[in-house]
Amino acid sequence: MQNMTQGADAGHVARKARGDVLPYLLIAPAILFLTLLFLVPLVQTIALSFTTGGAWSLGNYARMTGDLNFGVAIRNTFMLVIAVIPLQVALALGMGLMLQKLARGRDIVLWIWTIPLGVSDLAAGLVWLAILQNTGYLNSALFKLGLIAGQTAWLNAETPVTLFIGIVLAEMWRATAIVLVILVAGLQLIPKEFGEAADIFGATPWVKFRRITLPLLKPSLQSALILRTVLAFEVFAVVYALGGRNFPVLTGEAFVWQNENQNYGVAAAYAVLIMAVSLAATFIYLKALRARPETQP
Amino acid sequence: MPTSWRMALAAGFLAVTAAVTTARPAKAEELVFLSTQLRPIEEAQKVRDLLLKGAPKTTFIVDEPSPFTVRMQAEHTAGKHTVSLVGALHGELQPLVPIGALDAVDDVAEAVKSRNIPASLMELGKFGGEHQLYIPWMQATYVLVVKRDALPYLPAGADVNALTYDQLAQWAKAIADKTGQRRLGFPAGPKGLFARFLQGYLYPSYTASSVSEFRSAAAEAMWSDFKTLWASVNPNSTSYDFMQDPLQAGEVWIAWDHISRFKDALQATPEDYLVVPPPAGPKGRAYMPVIVGLGIVKGAPDRAGAAAVIQHLEKPETQILTAAETGFFPVVEAKLPADLSPGIKLLAEGIARTQNAKDALPVLLPVGIGDKGGEFNKVFTDTFQRIVLRGEPVRPTLDAEAAVMRDIIATTKAPCWAPDKPSSGPCPVN
Repeated sequence: MQNMTQGADAGHVARKARGDVLPYLLIAPAILFLTLLFLVPLVQTIALSFTTGGAWSLGNYARMTGDLNFGVAIRNTFMLVIAVIPLQVALALGMGLMLQKLARGRDIVLWIWTIPLGVSDLAAGLVWLAILQNTGYLNSALFKLGLIAGQTAWLNAETPVTLFIGIVLAEMWRATAIVLVILVAGLQLIPKEFGEAADIFGATPWVKFRRITLPLLKPSLQSALILRTVLAFEVFAVVYALGGRNFPVLTGEAFVWQNENQNYGVAAAYAVLIMAVSLAATFIYLKALRARPETQP
Repeated sequence: MPTSWRMALAAGFLAVTAAVTTARPAKAEELVFLSTQLRPIEEAQKVRDLLLKGAPKTTFIVDEPSPFTVRMQAEHTAGKHTVSLVGALHGELQPLVPIGALDAVDDVAEAVKSRNIPASLMELGKFGGEHQLYIPWMQATYVLVVKRDALPYLPAGADVNALTYDQLAQWAKAIADKTGQRRLGFPAGPKGLFARFLQGYLYPSYTASSVSEFRSAAAEAMWSDFKTLWASVNPNSTSYDFMQDPLQAGEVWIAWDHISRFKDALQATPEDYLVVPPPAGPKGRAYMPVIVGLGIVKGAPDRAGAAAVIQHLEKPETQILTAAETGFFPVVEAKLPADLSPGIKLLAEGIARTQNAKDALPVLLPVGIGDKGGEFNKVFTDTFQRIVLRGEPVRPTLDAEAAVMRDIIATTKAPCWAPDKPSSGPCPVN
């Protein structure tokens, strides 16, 4: 009797030990993969950014901050993030809520709205270039309507406002869908009962949105914001296609230093700066949008 | 059932991978020809289908200059060679010289002696040393292309084949004033070659130098002239990469660029265009001949094959075919046939007029600055950006950028190259 109990205990312990190890074994390949292809290059990049001519130095950072495009790139990148992210979140939230109300054809609408997700960002930039360039569709349409007399330029250094609007439009078209997908998933998780209960108490749609939808959507909003903001700090291909050198952004400068100026140290300094900015943004979102577990269904 | 399905899938997958792996030629003696030139896909295909026809079996691959250098250095350091033959600009081959990645090709030079490649070009291929390290392959330069629509606005007394920078400015202004559109264009976009215009055309035309006189009084006058001229330049210039595109779109009537970047426009409607020499400044009509060379890698998997391919590419008939198909001109003695396509003929005549101009001033591509070439170009484009686009005062900008240039020259210890006067040590920035 006693033996049997011991035997069962031993089996249990062995199973438990195996159960403890198994999850780690299962994630080991992913960890190995990340270490080899992410952590190692990351450490190398950081090291590279702090070396000039084989010795440790801050030279690359001095070179970066002293460059004539540095201030402009910082300003442009932040302006884009500040303009694009709130617009995208508002738009995606609106689209997501409308989708909830659709009785039929929801999948089709969602599918159409997410088409831009399948387009590479450089291709998206080129599509918008075809619309906005001198001989593009916009000018053709305006010309036919008699609104412009000839080719009008929208995308050069002398028209910074329309260039900025063009880039914002392209970014909205391209990347709102990713926010939408995350928010739609979040909206579907909100139990109907809360809304029904609110209806009984006579809550207006606005109150329902503010008191029920928005708080319960916090975790999804957080993920969407983190993802979009990090990607927005890395914006490159769309800007490159539409603005070229007329609209320097951080990633673009890293590319130019790496590829054209062939100074890998300064390029690495830019990469480290972009990472620091993205990390800071993520940290702020994690703090500001923390959803306490007890407030979630 | 599902298990057997999975088995079948796995077997299929294995079969596919096996097929892919065996389909990849892994023979050690495969002859790989890596080029930084003729990169656009149609041009690369012409090299494979037409130019290499009759040569030993060759795999022609292309890469951008920066990864090209990295790959060649990596293969050299690792001692594991896949590339036998390289084709690149003089300045792109140069970083391979100090590390000893290029094999001496004196034997090939001897074999192509009868082709009469000009001695001055062969000399460039020695990088100032004893041995021939590359064989000149083809040459090109930069020209002005003018759409005939622009001719009615040419200032009185100006000869379109012997323009000065002042006349170009007046011409562009007249066009802008009378048509309401700024139609002079430069390739100042991300992939454009505008830095070459500044260092090889504008600067030497005004100062007979691109380094020593960088911050001279003549340079100061030049920048204020150029700033005035820029008021008549199409503002989209900072997005132009290949000037054939805005020319064909009608955005631009007068454009400066590398001859191969005009080819499509000139071949599509040759009757619309003139090809004329670049403008002249107070010190002459500066122009930059571009030399593309063929080198053999030290430790090449197939040296004999590479040498044979070079000899094939140096045949007069291959060189003429190269000109007709790519717009790069022969380095060997070869008479271009009369039935050359009209667009290529225009380019050939434009080059001849440039080289034979009375005031022609040949300028070398930067020599001896190795992997600092990008930063050297940046000095010129930054100066342009600051003075012309951002309106910063000329004198302090030139002084600040001259300091950056001094650093680059000091790091690389590059002596002066033409048209700067020869220096015994690193080229001084006065």
